[in-house]
Amino acid sequence: MTVTDETTEAALQERFDATLADGRKIEPRDWMPEPYRQTMIRQIAQHAHSEVIGQQPEGNWITRAPTLARKAVLVAKVQDEAGHGLYLYSACETLGISRDELNRRLHEGRQKYSSIFNYPTLTWADVGAIGWLVDGAAITNQVMLTRTSYGPYARAMIRICKEESFHQRQGFEIMHTLATGTDEQRAMAQDALDRWWWPSISMFGPPDAESVHTEQSVAWGIKLETNDQLRQKFVDQTVPQADYLGLRIPDPDLRWNEERGHYDFGAIDWDDFWKVVRGDGPCNRERLEHKRATWEAGAWVREAALAHAAKKSGRDTTTEEAR
Amino acid sequence: MSASEQGWPLWEVFVRADRGLNHVHAGSVHAADAETALQAARDVYTRRAEGVSIWVVRSTEIVASDPDRRDDWFGDLKPYRHPTFYEIPDAIGHM
Repeated sequence: MTVTDETTEAALQERFDATLADGRKIEPRDWMPEPYRQTMIRQIAQHAHSEVIGQQPEGNWITRAPTLARKAVLVAKVQDEAGHGLYLYSACETLGISRDELNRRLHEGRQKYSSIFNYPTLTWADVGAIGWLVDGAAITNQVMLTRTSYGPYARAMIRICKEESFHQRQGFEIMHTLATGTDEQRAMAQDALDRWWWPSISMFGPPDAESVHTEQSVAWGIKLETNDQLRQKFVDQTVPQADYLGLRIPDPDLRWNEERGHYDFGAIDWDDFWKVVRGDGPCNRERLEHKRATWEAGAWVREAALAHAAKKSGRDTTTEEAR
Repeated sequence: MSASEQGWPLWEVFVRADRGLNHVHAGSVHAADAETALQAARDVYTRRAEGVSIWVVRSTEIVASDPDRRDDWFGDLKPYRHPTFYEIPDAIGHM
């Protein structure tokens, strides 16, 4: 290959394709096609924003957790969500976009976060249901993403998956405690499952036939399984867990299909899903408004930290000169 | 001390063993500038093709926590941050 060939876009594209074909990762300094870069930015940013916005529905219960132990656990979990957001923002920044720009795009509604966080947490059982179902669904997707083609994203996912296991288990434990408690507690657990089940299985996104990104994402090695495959996997592992808890999944069409070796399940109300994606879910406005308000309210902290650093480095210089 | 003795700063070397893996600290080299630091790092740490990428960073640019104050930094053990803190019935299997 001559030097001229190397620098032409076709040659670069060829090398990029060969890297993916070999199942090797794309790293930040590699040449990559602009649509790959933009897709990666969109996906990692949406993931990061989801972790950050996801603190709100759970944070809602920190002051009202039933015991001090539950409160400490919930604080640790919400801290993890913040940490996950930061791992992902830093992975996203390796693609050449700034943290400020990512925040701006979220605040202006130009980038999205997972629609699941636009539902309210009405009772303590919702904290259990989120850990068990929402984090459970997220893990199903994220385990796949530990093998995604962009190196920094895959590495962030490995770190996140290790921590998510705690989230799902604490959620299941809350559900288990409620499901084996008083009638009132059991009813509370059932009510949470009734409200979170459909939004949780919608988290995997539209059916493969209607998913605009799936085909290209699979070709680029970003996704290794499709929305429907992941959804099936999640349903298959969650139904026996609900059975164990003695809770009923709110789907009359749910049944084991011996032939397929999978559970069949009912049709998802995609009109409702798209309504929430487009901004008309129960909490969309509240979530974004709260995020913007905290960003603005925190402006003085960001400014003060910079002023302090500038002042300190000024002082250090003076000391240096005095010596 | 001769001029050359003071003149070659220390660089920390990080090697990425393969695509998909983090750059990991391998050691350090002395070199007069970034370019020769990279060359030296290659010669010292990857003679057997141990890596696909090298980073060098001026040692003085690295800000480190104090190892003697380990407990202040890392002593805050919270067992409930670990998945094994939560009991999952055997019937449920892996979670």
